[in-house]
Amino acid sequence: MIDITTRKVEVSIDGSTVLVDPSSTVLEAALEHGVFIPHLCHDPDLKPTGVCRLCMVEVDGRLLTACNTPVVAGALIRTDTDAVKETRLGAVELLLVNHHRGTVDCAEGETCELAKIARLLEVDETRLKRLRRSDQTLDVDTSNPFFHFDPNICVLCGICVRTCDEIVGVGAIDFVKRGIYTTIGSAPDAQWIDSDCVSCGECVVRCPTGSLAPTHHEVPEREVISTCTYCGCGCGIHLGVRDDRIVSVRGVRENPANEGRLCVKGRFGFEFVNSPDRLTTPLIRRQGKLEEATWDEALDLVAERFSANRGEAFASIASAKLTNEENYLIQKFTRAVMGTNNVDHCARLCHSPSVAGLVQSFGSGAMTSSTKDIGDARCILAVGTNTTAAHPIVALQVMRSLRQGGKLIVINPREIELAHYADLFIQNRPGSDVALLMGMMRVIVDEGLHDLEFIEARCEDYEVFRESLAQYDEALVEEKTGVPFAQIARAARMYAENSPASILYAMGITQHTHGTDNVLATSNLALLTGNVGRASSGVNPLRGQSNVQGACDMGGLPNVYPGYQRVDDPKVQAKFERAWGVELHSTPGLTHLEILGGVTAGPIKAIYLVGENPALSEADASHAREALEKVDFLVVQDIFLTESTEHADVVLPAASFAEKDGTFTNTERRVQRVRKAIEPVGDSREDGWITSAIAKRMGVEGFDHESAEEVMNEIASLTPQYGGITHDRIEDIGLQWPCPDPSHPGTRYLHAERFPRPNGRGRFFPLQYRPPAEEPDAEFPLVLTTERSLYHYHTATMTRRVPGLEKLRSEELVEIHPRDAEALSIASGDRVRVTSRRGEVTARALVTEVSPPGTVSMTFHFHEAPTNVLTNAAYDPVAKIPETKVCAVRVEPAS
Amino acid sequence: MASTDTDLAPILDTFERRPETLISLLQAVQGRLGYLPPEVLGTVARHARVPRSRVYGVASFYSQFRFNPVGRHRVAVCRGTACHVRGARLILEELERSLGIKEGQTTEDMEYSLETVACIGCCGLSPCISVGDEVSAKLTAKKVRKLFKNAQRSAHK
Ligand code: SF4
Ligand code: SF4
Ligand code: FES
Ligand code: FES
Repeated sequence: MIDITTRKVEVSIDGSTVLVDPSSTVLEAALEHGVFIPHLCHDPDLKPTGVCRLCMVEVDGRLLTACNTPVVAGALIRTDTDAVKETRLGAVELLLVNHHRGTVDCAEGETCELAKIARLLEVDETRLKRLRRSDQTLDVDTSNPFFHFDPNICVLCGICVRTCDEIVGVGAIDFVKRGIYTTIGSAPDAQWIDSDCVSCGECVVRCPTGSLAPTHHEVPEREVISTCTYCGCGCGIHLGVRDDRIVSVRGVRENPANEGRLCVKGRFGFEFVNSPDRLTTPLIRRQGKLEEATWDEALDLVAERFSANRGEAFASIASAKLTNEENYLIQKFTRAVMGTNNVDHCARLCHSPSVAGLVQSFGSGAMTSSTKDIGDARCILAVGTNTTAAHPIVALQVMRSLRQGGKLIVINPREIELAHYADLFIQNRPGSDVALLMGMMRVIVDEGLHDLEFIEARCEDYEVFRESLAQYDEALVEEKTGVPFAQIARAARMYAENSPASILYAMGITQHTHGTDNVLATSNLALLTGNVGRASSGVNPLRGQSNVQGACDMGGLPNVYPGYQRVDDPKVQAKFERAWGVELHSTPGLTHLEILGGVTAGPIKAIYLVGENPALSEADASHAREALEKVDFLVVQDIFLTESTEHADVVLPAASFAEKDGTFTNTERRVQRVRKAIEPVGDSREDGWITSAIAKRMGVEGFDHESAEEVMNEIASLTPQYGGITHDRIEDIGLQWPCPDPSHPGTRYLHAERFPRPNGRGRFFPLQYRPPAEEPDAEFPLVLTTERSLYHYHTATMTRRVPGLEKLRSEELVEIHPRDAEALSIASGDRVRVTSRRGEVTARALVTEVSPPGTVSMTFHFHEAPTNVLTNAAYDPVAKIPETKVCAVRVEPAS
Repeated sequence: MASTDTDLAPILDTFERRPETLISLLQAVQGRLGYLPPEVLGTVARHARVPRSRVYGVASFYSQFRFNPVGRHRVAVCRGTACHVRGARLILEELERSLGIKEGQTTEDMEYSLETVACIGCCGLSPCISVGDEVSAKLTAKKVRKLFKNAQRSAHK
């Protein structure tokens, strides 16, 4: 009865014999073979609990719940006996009497699974009326801006509780109270909003009765599959459209990056697309004021002024929010038309050390693992990443690994959410990561926990590295990190002894004057323990914006063409000269900070700024604003007016991600489709169209692609990693680069056989500890570090136009430890003034132990309190990233 | 909140930081404070390494835990079968009105707290309630009003 080739077993369902997977339940087996068994508390993503009793069947004559009964070879399953029907009817009646809404003829019948089942089982409505307690009118909980909970129709199937626990890992809600008062809740008299809920809506989409339901619900006329425009997780979404508006969003189950799951921004954060604030027409500054203009006027002016500023006077700032195709066009325009390599983008401010560092050690500057494989790691080392806030869908994989018994080490100066789940939480001093990681490696080597075989076979420069470990003795490491050495030793053992181990990091590692060293420390650690080149291991820089990986891949960087091919390599230069039919330049261009700096103290006269808002996002923002103000000619291309457009000479209205075709590359290197769901609003245009239109007005060729697909074909022909990528191939599921040719299946994890370096080996780096550029002193006694809120994105130009997100977090908060707060006589809610050597900002204080003593923290989402006025622009010598994670400040009550 | 936290530290420290200790932990905390104030649920949750909601879920499942301080007089309404059929519900409703509190709450002056119990064992005298050790029998709404006419009508927060 077991089929040898398929390993399936034979069972009989209602008299017909079928082959089923031995690991399936009776319910799954029946559904697979088209036999419907009513079920309510079952969800394919959750462990079965068997509480609703609806799925009763007879197995070998015994009544059992199908959802939690495994199939056994030879079982006789009946779903249609009288006994089955009777128990089912009893079960459904029991549920319905607690479901205080219409039932069989209920208007909500389409969204309510229970109503469907009631109709199917021919429940007698009049009998129900007698059974039902008539007095149930509990208040509907409308405290969450995106969904409500109606306890009157909740049947306590528990799907929401299990979802929040098993999938999201938050456990915001549970069954509370007892007997007939049992309900879903979190604390005495608490509303939903008072719980630990992160508003992801995962429970809402799974609720089978509509007890949990979205507040705004419009049925879309059609749906378009696309990729979320927010973070680098790159979740697949179905955009629901009605009357040329985005009205709904659903996760794409088939998408391997998110498997249908979304965070609060992705699920509820798309009102900005149809915001009345969208820019709908070009603007030209006349007599100091931005005035409406036609596209012809705007493009003529831009083309004329750009033509007058070719060469080193010109610079472009590309955007991690644009598609690959558009970024490709911007860098091509800059290099081929404007004759300069002065093109950079915001990756300079977030992950340039990852690109610079990992290229040196591994040969490739991207996340080595796939998102999903992280969930199978035996150990996760999360250093400098507040994953639940900044990469919520990656965080779900961390939770999955924990559920499977994986170990979690969290290293962070702040007691972030993940710290509560960690087996080991190390709260180190901001900026001390090199000392900490090298200290760990010293323990690993001293205790012989390293993987010598791997080091021999696949690495180089191990000896010099090992010698550099000598200085990291207990005294130095404790002094620099402020962490007891015993804890560091425990972390070292935990990481080295639980393989595969995966390192996750984000800006806590990169945004330092020694950001590249930090990155090299992580790659040293992975090489030392053989944790590269296997699934669920590796070094994984979690990339911030939806297409920051792609913007780098496309050569939106001053030193490389697409595919990280160096501009100073004559062979590469010749290749691009041939392809583009122009002469190109071998000198690397200016970086982000240098471009803005180049306005006051250098050659820069004209800037083409696309989809970015340096007036808020740049370290030492006041200087950035000065530069934007001073530059002769500033073109800003965006979907909204921003703090940066205030300085623009011309503003070009761009289409949002929902209004165009193309691709984004997410943090796991997966190139995925972005699709046009609605027409560009007003007279806005796709960014790619705009760049090409400027180029064409300047009378050049090579910008007359008919579609994004055509641009991708050009990219593939010039970019080895993208060689096999076409829009056709990624129609349904994206491909992970490297994907060198049309038959290549893409790459799930990097460096399996060899590292893409000349000799194929991974390289160790000896490292020196260097302190942050600015340390606290008598005048500025506290450290300011920067962070992100789950509810906002970047300078919040999009998220603050979503009223629900604005409600969940509406202002900047200076997080400060109770000890420091007390010393300064500051209470939560007080307005405080934060001052650094560069400027001052006022905001309200939040007194919390999340911030360690001596350190305060702020986001940079709120223009009313522009945090980057305070931050330090001192930068890493290699990657030229400013040190936004550490500066010295003074905090005082603002009266 | 910080002060409650420090008060509890010696108690918490006697328990291992595991979910399994949750119920004994709650008993110890209630033993110390007399009830479970809302902010303590979070402290307990962290110590036992469980979500906050789980603490409340567990605590509100067992009748031994209370979320309000107890008044000087505990008013217990019998909800046994005999009392139930003779209108215990009306008695409870009247008590809630007279005392100005809901079941499970305590009056602001800390005089009375109101709860329900399964059966007092005086079924012949139903419907009945107990106030402290004393049983009041064969109650009507009117009798309840008289009994508590001087009670303060607002809940402790
Ligand atoms: S919305 Fe998400 S976090 Fe909130 S209760 Fe539901 S599953 Fe949990
Ligand atoms: S995790 Fe990132 S990509 Fe996914 S839905 Fe949220 S913001 Fe969008
Ligand atoms: S679906 Fe099986 S018991 Fe609910
Ligand atoms: S029966 Fe109407 S909502 Fe369920």
